[in-house]
Amino acid sequence: MAARERPLSPHLQVYKPQITSTLSIIHRITGVVLAIGALFVTAWLVSVASDAECFAWSQQILGAWYGKLALFIFSACMIYHLLNGIRHLLWDIGWGMEIQTVQKTGYLVILLSVILTGLLWFVAMRGGAL
Amino acid sequence: MSNMRDPLATARGLGSAKDGVNHWWMQRITAIALMVLSPWFIYFAVSLIGADHSTVRAMIAQPLNATLLVSFIIALYWHARLGLQVVVEDYVHGWQELALQLVIKFAYAIAAIASIIAIGRIVFSA
Repeated sequence: MAARERPLSPHLQVYKPQITSTLSIIHRITGVVLAIGALFVTAWLVSVASDAECFAWSQQILGAWYGKLALFIFSACMIYHLLNGIRHLLWDIGWGMEIQTVQKTGYLVILLSVILTGLLWFVAMRGGAL
Repeated sequence: MSNMRDPLATARGLGSAKDGVNHWWMQRITAIALMVLSPWFIYFAVSLIGADHSTVRAMIAQPLNATLLVSFIIALYWHARLGLQVVVEDYVHGWQELALQLVIKFAYAIAAIASIIAIGRIVFSA
């Protein structure tokens, strides 16, 4: 049987972006970024287990501007995904499902993500070599 | 309306995929583990800033750090694998979906094993 063009439900583009749907897709995007970033954590661990030359090479990459940028993105994604993940776990036990609460916790997650990421990088930049 | 389901099927509760809520449940269990292990990992990573090779090795080789790091890696890769599976299910279809699902399963299993072997090498040679 040939595939027919079936009618589709309205595309996402017709909806006004809302805090709920925006945070939801960011949760997914940050999850994918973290899944890819995890492979770099493994690469770093392998370089630590390897010889001094290999370790120096990975440290050089992490110390360069693109390494720091990647670390910044990775850490920001981790903090957001962690905080929003707590929100998801609370929904799983039935807490905070009212729309006002969902919106409030949504803005709280954004606020805390910015504060914690800023705090982390303030400490990291003062830490020396990075 | 009367229940059309076989009582035995209800008792086993695993559905047609014979997997039940395993995927959903493991995603939550690993999430709870990562809720504790990720902040520790960030703290640990920050404490390694500026450290030389032998110091980094010695830090990872400490029993508590090594244990937490292996736990973090297992939870991280398990959680990532389950998450990526859902994303691929949603956006990729046909033979590409099957191929990508297999690639992800193998790649993330290998990455987890490589990480644990690397940590093992550091622990037993530091």
